[in-house]
Amino acid sequence: MRDIWEAMRAATDYRVGIGRAGDSMTTDALLDLREAQARARDAVHLPLDVDALARQLAETGAAEPVVVRSRAASRAEYLRLPDRGRELATGIPRRPRPDADAQQMPRLGVVVADGLSTAAVSHHGAPMVRALTEELAGDFRIEPVVIAVQARVAIGDEIGAALGLDEVIVLIGERPGLSVSDSLGAYLTHHPKPGTRDSQRNCVSNIRPGGLGYAPAAATLGSLARGALVLGRSGVDLKDTGPAVGAPGRPALSDSGDPGR
Amino acid sequence: MYAATVGGHRYTFDSLATLLGVASPERSGDQLAGCAAHSDAERAAAQRALSEVPLTRFLTEDVVDRDADDVTRLILADHDRAAFAPVSGLSVGGLRDWLLSTCVRPDAAQVLTALAPGLTPEMAAAVSKLMTIGDMIAVSSALRVVTAFRSTIGLPGTLATRLQPNDPTDDPTAVAAETLDGLLMGSGDAVIGVNPASDSPGTVRALLDALDDMRSGAQIPTQTCVLTHITTTIDLMDAGAPVDLAFQSIAGTQAANDGFGVNLAMLNEASAAGAELARGTVGDNMMYFETGQGSALSSGGHLGVGGRPVDQQTLEVRAYGLARHYRPLLLNTVVGFIGPEYLYDGRQIIRAGIEDNFCGRLLGVPMGVDVCYTNHAEAGPDDMSTLLTLLVAARTGYVICVPGTDDIMLGYQSLSFHDVLAARRVAGLRPAPEFEAWLEAVGLMGRDGGILDVGTTGPAITALAHGPMAALAGGSLVG
Repeated sequence: MRDIWEAMRAATDYRVGIGRAGDSMTTDALLDLREAQARARDAVHLPLDVDALARQLAETGAAEPVVVRSRAASRAEYLRLPDRGRELATGIPRRPRPDADAQQMPRLGVVVADGLSTAAVSHHGAPMVRALTEELAGDFRIEPVVIAVQARVAIGDEIGAALGLDEVIVLIGERPGLSVSDSLGAYLTHHPKPGTRDSQRNCVSNIRPGGLGYAPAAATLGSLARGALVLGRSGVDLKDTGPAVGAPGRPALSDSGDPGR
Repeated sequence: MYAATVGGHRYTFDSLATLLGVASPERSGDQLAGCAAHSDAERAAAQRALSEVPLTRFLTEDVVDRDADDVTRLILADHDRAAFAPVSGLSVGGLRDWLLSTCVRPDAAQVLTALAPGLTPEMAAAVSKLMTIGDMIAVSSALRVVTAFRSTIGLPGTLATRLQPNDPTDDPTAVAAETLDGLLMGSGDAVIGVNPASDSPGTVRALLDALDDMRSGAQIPTQTCVLTHITTTIDLMDAGAPVDLAFQSIAGTQAANDGFGVNLAMLNEASAAGAELARGTVGDNMMYFETGQGSALSSGGHLGVGGRPVDQQTLEVRAYGLARHYRPLLLNTVVGFIGPEYLYDGRQIIRAGIEDNFCGRLLGVPMGVDVCYTNHAEAGPDDMSTLLTLLVAARTGYVICVPGTDDIMLGYQSLSFHDVLAARRVAGLRPAPEFEAWLEAVGLMGRDGGILDVGTTGPAITALAHGPMAALAGGSLVG
């Protein structure tokens, strides 16, 4: 007869069938949890290594990135005062959007933001930028990448408006769990400007090897970006072919839980 | 106008809403909302001033305007003047003394149960702000709130659990594996409740069918629930789906409930539909609510009279006032889930969990707590052990459990099945009686009340190998 514990463990990534020491967890199971939590907390609290990320981007052949910081001066401030992560502390050279011209390709910018997991950005930021560039280079003029520190998704609105972008894609570290601490989220916003509502964005979540791969994520974002150009807006009206996000059976996650807000 | 003098300085407060905010113990959400004390002295002054406010004032001065908010109107309409009579001459400080004096009487449970309909949420929130964690545990442990559907929740000497078998892809086999893991650890007597990743009715229906197959196949005296939006549940009830409990996340203001896409008419409809289905065997409580401090602020629905921000704990207790109108089987606060800008660290989460449990029970609500935290809060497993231990002392009705504390889909840590086994043993508590009888019948319960480690074969496994669980056993265990 098949061992039912093995069958249970094969059916789910959840920590089922982990055994007991009396009523309590075994030492092995507990140490596994400690290790996972250490990874998750480091993902939140270790600062983003901006220079290393810039080098990774350079290796993919991308232009020299622009580095900006939000008004949140520290991680504690970022966690307590979400609005400060949505506003730029440092200026960015302004480039107003040119008048519509049929000869000109629409302009798309990618913002790589640390969000709640610097691990996600340092592991998957550069390869995801490359995948997006390959996916979108035929339809858009891709602007130099902007790296944003202590940032939330809405920081892309201010950046996008300053650069006069038609579309902005913000790649951002998602809140780490124990089993997955380096998951990347991507948010597309058409004609970004400060004051854009969350319902006016489209989100593709769980980007990582073992979750949604770089190429399929880029393909989904590509079809969303092209669709937004045709529709003239992003958000709930634009058909999202990406995976569902959010948990309907829970109060909406707070601003800090969902870096998109 | 309210006022008190501390350290030679006279502090004034322009409204009850302002006073409640400044009197609140420190928490990040009130600082974010702009209603928190600016100093410890100001907080102490506010608590002094609040202690002198007559309870009758809460019936005339709104915190959230009755003309603009249906939750306020429902709270006032439900207020029972006769039940209020024993404390109607008291101030907030007087109520604290009265509760602490009453809870040591032999008839405490009876007297406090009779008082519940006479208290408004704002009164309960106010008195909690003057109390220590120890005070709240003393009163809460003397309270009795009992509800029932297929199992009875809240009886003295029991601690129930919600078994939460979530899956990021809503795969029924994964849900079955986690359910089996929990049942073998004696969990699931309050509810087996899944948070679906998708809100699509087809997905929810598939999960409902899978859960009901497992429950009815193994003849488990508990209830199942898929925690989807109430409108989806109403449609599924109409379509004949096996809905035991109707779930909804609720908040303490009309504006915040608008943010959840829910209103009183929907709750009325679900409650009526559930009464018609009459699927309960030992009781007819069939609503299930989740709440959490900060949910109103996160949706911008936290403003009260004159546009003043209202503190998150008072708003939370107002959600309990709304909930009790529907005689729910269960309500749990998801206390550590909503994020550090509302409850920053373990200390704030623990205080909030005890407040929520106390205020809910004081109002007669069948409270449970999701003892939990996220990885971006300054909290950890030791804080969860502490909160669980305190809640057991406070006689909370149930807690939430997941395999090995790790809920992958929701990306947070709750309690493990193990945590509850240990807590039950330490405090001499049992599962719900109907569920306990079932555990005994399938050979999972030891003579000492502990849950046996049964290995991989035997009558318990056979009893559980039904429906989607049969797939786990390769079908070889059935029949």
